[in-house]
Amino acid sequence: MSFPRRRESRHQALDLLLQRDDKQTTMIKPKIIVLSGYGLNCEDETKYAFELAGGQGQIIHINDLIKNKNLLNDFQIMAIPGGFAYGDDTGSGNAYGLKLRNHLWENISKFVTKDKLVIGICNGFQVLVNLGLVPALNKKYGERQAALLPNESTRYTTGWFDLKITSDAPWLTGIKEISLPIAHGEGKFFASNEILKQINNKNLVALKYSNINPTETLEHIAGITDESKRIFGLMPHPERAMFFTQLPNWPYLKEKYLRSGTKLPEFGPGLQIFKNGVNYFK
Amino acid sequence: MISRVEIISRIPDARAKLKKNQLHHTNKNVEEVFLVDVYTIKKDFKQNQLEQIASSLTNPVYQDFKINEPTIVSKFSWGIETCFLPGVTDNIANTVKEIIKDQLKIKFIGDQGVFSSKLLLIDGKLDEKQIKQIGFGLINPLINRVHFKSQKDYLKDKGMDKIAPQVNLSSANQVDIVDLNVTDDELTAIGKTGIKNKDGTNRGPLALDLSYMKAIKKYFNKLKRNPTDIELESIAQTWSEHCHHTIFADPIDEIKTGLFNNYIKRATVEIRNKKGKRDLCTSVFTDNSGAIKFDKDYIISHKVETHNSPSALDPFGGAITGIVGVNRDAIGFDMGAKPIANYYGFCFADPNLKSQLFRDKEKKQSLLSPRRILDGVVAGVNSGGNCSGIPTPQGFLYFNNRYQGKPLIFVGTVGLIPKKSSVIKRARPGDYIVVVGGRVGQDGIHGATFSSEALSSGSPAGAVQIGDPITQKKLSDAIIKEARDLKLYNSITDNGAGGLSCSVAEMAKESNGCLVNLEKVPLKYPGLEPWKIWISESQERMTLAVHKNRWLKFSKLMISRDVEATVIGEFNNSGQCVVKYHKKTVMDIDMEFLHNGLPVRPMKTTPVKSSFKEPVIPQQKKLNEVLLLMMQRLNISSFEFISSQYDHEVQANSAIKPLQGKGKVNGETSVVRPIFNSSGAVALSQGLYPSYSEIDCYQMAGASIDTAIRNLVASGVDIDKIALLDNFCWCSSNDPQRLYQLKKASEACYDFAKIYETPFISGKDSMFNDFKGYDEKGNSIKISVPPTLLISSLGLIEDVLKIISIDIKFPGDPIYILGETKDELGGSEYFAMNKSIGNNVPKVDGNKNKKLYQSFYKASQKQLISSAISITRGGLGVALVKTALAGKLGLEVSLNNLSGLGIRNDFTLFSESQGRILVTINPKNKKEFEKIMKENVIKQIGQVTDDQRLVIKGLDNKIIVNLDLKKIEKNYKSTFKNY
Repeated sequence: MSFPRRRESRHQALDLLLQRDDKQTTMIKPKIIVLSGYGLNCEDETKYAFELAGGQGQIIHINDLIKNKNLLNDFQIMAIPGGFAYGDDTGSGNAYGLKLRNHLWENISKFVTKDKLVIGICNGFQVLVNLGLVPALNKKYGERQAALLPNESTRYTTGWFDLKITSDAPWLTGIKEISLPIAHGEGKFFASNEILKQINNKNLVALKYSNINPTETLEHIAGITDESKRIFGLMPHPERAMFFTQLPNWPYLKEKYLRSGTKLPEFGPGLQIFKNGVNYFK
Repeated sequence: MISRVEIISRIPDARAKLKKNQLHHTNKNVEEVFLVDVYTIKKDFKQNQLEQIASSLTNPVYQDFKINEPTIVSKFSWGIETCFLPGVTDNIANTVKEIIKDQLKIKFIGDQGVFSSKLLLIDGKLDEKQIKQIGFGLINPLINRVHFKSQKDYLKDKGMDKIAPQVNLSSANQVDIVDLNVTDDELTAIGKTGIKNKDGTNRGPLALDLSYMKAIKKYFNKLKRNPTDIELESIAQTWSEHCHHTIFADPIDEIKTGLFNNYIKRATVEIRNKKGKRDLCTSVFTDNSGAIKFDKDYIISHKVETHNSPSALDPFGGAITGIVGVNRDAIGFDMGAKPIANYYGFCFADPNLKSQLFRDKEKKQSLLSPRRILDGVVAGVNSGGNCSGIPTPQGFLYFNNRYQGKPLIFVGTVGLIPKKSSVIKRARPGDYIVVVGGRVGQDGIHGATFSSEALSSGSPAGAVQIGDPITQKKLSDAIIKEARDLKLYNSITDNGAGGLSCSVAEMAKESNGCLVNLEKVPLKYPGLEPWKIWISESQERMTLAVHKNRWLKFSKLMISRDVEATVIGEFNNSGQCVVKYHKKTVMDIDMEFLHNGLPVRPMKTTPVKSSFKEPVIPQQKKLNEVLLLMMQRLNISSFEFISSQYDHEVQANSAIKPLQGKGKVNGETSVVRPIFNSSGAVALSQGLYPSYSEIDCYQMAGASIDTAIRNLVASGVDIDKIALLDNFCWCSSNDPQRLYQLKKASEACYDFAKIYETPFISGKDSMFNDFKGYDEKGNSIKISVPPTLLISSLGLIEDVLKIISIDIKFPGDPIYILGETKDELGGSEYFAMNKSIGNNVPKVDGNKNKKLYQSFYKASQKQLISSAISITRGGLGVALVKTALAGKLGLEVSLNNLSGLGIRNDFTLFSESQGRILVTINPKNKKEFEKIMKENVIKQIGQVTDDQRLVIKGLDNKIIVNLDLKKIEKNYKSTFKNY
């Protein structure tokens, strides 16, 4: 397998400011803002996955966005990556969610009502839930309607699990089943019976653990969307499944392909989610 | 005004359930537990503000809050509240402070603050004695406090008391002169127990012996004055065994240049010279980490540290500061490397061990149990690694009851820095001395000098620290992802052992002098004496040299990333290390004396020749039971419970994970692919055989090196692309016999590194891992760790797709054993299982092994090998089980003709002879594989089968093992099942 050498785009808010004007006019690829700061930690790989999928990613520190709130208008997709913002203190996603709410709520609520996409992965999903961007039943964006509680084991859990896709959200086009890794301490989905009923009725559950339910999450729920299905939050990490060699059983598969003379795949199943996001704008 | 916000879940709380189960385990009368998160806020707020604060800390979906009102639950008989002692890092409280500041646009000043605690409301028939027992079981008295209230008092008092645990210090501004013109006995006492306070108490160990004290006295006599306390403390830090590694540096027997120079460093120098263009190294022994070339664009660094003493006192705090601390060895390497993988190794006593040890004769200070240490350490690295977003793929566990007094906690970090960002760092005269990150408190006073001493009742409690990974993450991101490539600083180093006294003085070597204004250092709380500010080991700080013209830009960037950066002085070329406190000079020592003034202390060794009884083990026809027992031994068993709680997928760089194959078996090697658009990868492993040490430390070191290398080779690494790290954790290093063992181990390091041409790039030692205290009967007791050498290995892989995993893959594949099996069971796990040591320790034939490893690499490059597992602890028997369990396929092998020596079945199966790898191949590749291997000793011993059985035939070809894989797996995964 050959790895295409891509030009490394630098993670510099300053650069971004400088480049902004001339980039806007020549924009072809959809632009993705990947938030960072305060302990988010998956911004590099999330940006890379979007770029591999044909998008143009930009990592922006939350404080730089607060300083230049209108930056958000330049992007088609907002991604809140995984991490450990504020160490999960006071509940995962709470403190980072508060920061967004205190400083950027107006801009974010405008963003989500346009034909744009939002994805929150792991810690990002926890932020989305605390911000009230999912499930946001009856378009009540900003209202907390669900929660992600500590795993039943109360322990951080890492591993690969099989998932079923249960939604026709644009993020999940063409995927029926997928195997992805999880890594979190607080991923047990919770909502009141009333809310859960509406979530199910409106078909907002995006994906569920197939067999094993690693965190004993409610109804095996691993991710949900809002009613527009453009805002998507999930606990598993698709960006950790963008390459073949990230699969847990790839050495076995390699040997199998070698013996059958099959060409080795280059990418993993997670990439499709990013492609779907990017293709939405093509 | 002090306010209390209490938050409780309306729905069943998994954390409370876990607590209930734990407490019920210790006391069957515990029937129900409710958990309340408590935030105590010391600052005047209006009720509506408090409500705003409480709402922001409460998730309305499932939680309720109370403000200055007690939480009442359906039924409870006791309230137990646990909180931190004053001054202990309280990360949750810091986040809450941030939330309040951002929400209400206010500041916390002076003694205003936030403090977090946990309230348990417990239901059950429990008397006061029982509840106290439960309460004290929940805390570590070195860092926590616990309060109790019966339901009656709780209701009467309207809940628990409002307490803001603050540090109150009154002794600020105090700089004492220490009179050194005293008798030798008194000098010795100062060096051992520390400077005397006015009230007669001691400040804690300086770990300076008489010869050092005399040298200091002589220096100050020349200056016609006595040292200040800060000067003496500063010298003690710089000269400490922890920082200066005197035992490895000083002459020993005929070796005038010392063990480090003569064996470790010389090996590296000679290997690098010999390899010439093939030399991998870019930085060895001088910087915070060692480093090798990754490819034409990147450099990979690695560093392994120990954090033994702090982890013995507070396992969670010790381990988290350990891992987060060694991350700073990457961040502080060169101009700043990005941490890309964490690494760990824990040596504990048997967690089921019930015997208690005490630090004092009165038996009031008991040592933590091995189980508590294990749980705390595992959780500490979990928190440190996971919160920092650094994958933790590679590690190991090792058990021996000699680690009961002092556990060994190895932590390491691999870093990545682009070549274009790498420059020779040098603080220039005129550069600002800048500290970045956390603030300074009392934590970690005397950590460096303390770790140079045996653990005893005088061990300073201030040595305990708790890490704050998020503060460090912000710092790390701001430096490595931004400031570094904007070239905003000239030099950077970690604030580790010895705090500012070491980091500033060390960096000042680059410019040859410095002037520090100590009152500029940001403090956690007021009232800290100057000497404490100077040597405190408060975590999450780095020291940088910033050019004056760059300061504004640097400072602005740090502010925008919420990272505190402060100018505390200037580097200069005065040749002096000068410290001022409110304009008064409190320290003025010349750089030369500070760094090189310590006298040489030549050491003598006494040869030690041990001979142990050969065990009498009855020969058995069937070894089913023996193998099953072997697989559940602490040192063999699966430690999946750790691998699955340490995130090894973050950064999306995982290639070979800690659990391999469909059967999820712990492998010896992990591989990360750090750059998304490069097929290059980095493999990590290690070798460690403390059980061989008392028999022969030379062979122990040889086996450790061979294993560390072989584990990488088996995963597809070219032996030419391997570098090593050494961590010596010795005991009683003033004992000539222990020194002899140290010398032999060092000699082996030289010999084998030379043969394999694998340079050492970094190392660390910890020389006094002894515990002096009392047993249950009050008898004085000394427990020393076995001489322990950890060899960590770092290997490069050009094409990630050529990696080989340990799981067997297809029925019908032939199984080969490469290398020779000999009667080498001395110190083996099998002998340990039979409660013996023996004498025939494995002897490494480096030249022969090297040839095998080269042939193996050739075969692996041609993709001829389908699976490979390095044969290590537990021998062939264990390797066969692991490779089968990982592949979830059966196998059938025969030991017939395997050993030319005609040794017994059990010995053949469990011998730990080095230089062996077990492989399976595609049958089609047989001819080519055997051709490549033809100059090595290899033998086909069987094949993979499509049933789920492990069948082993003995030397006489009769079946000795016939087991269902499910049954073996159950044993292999049983030991830590409920951890």
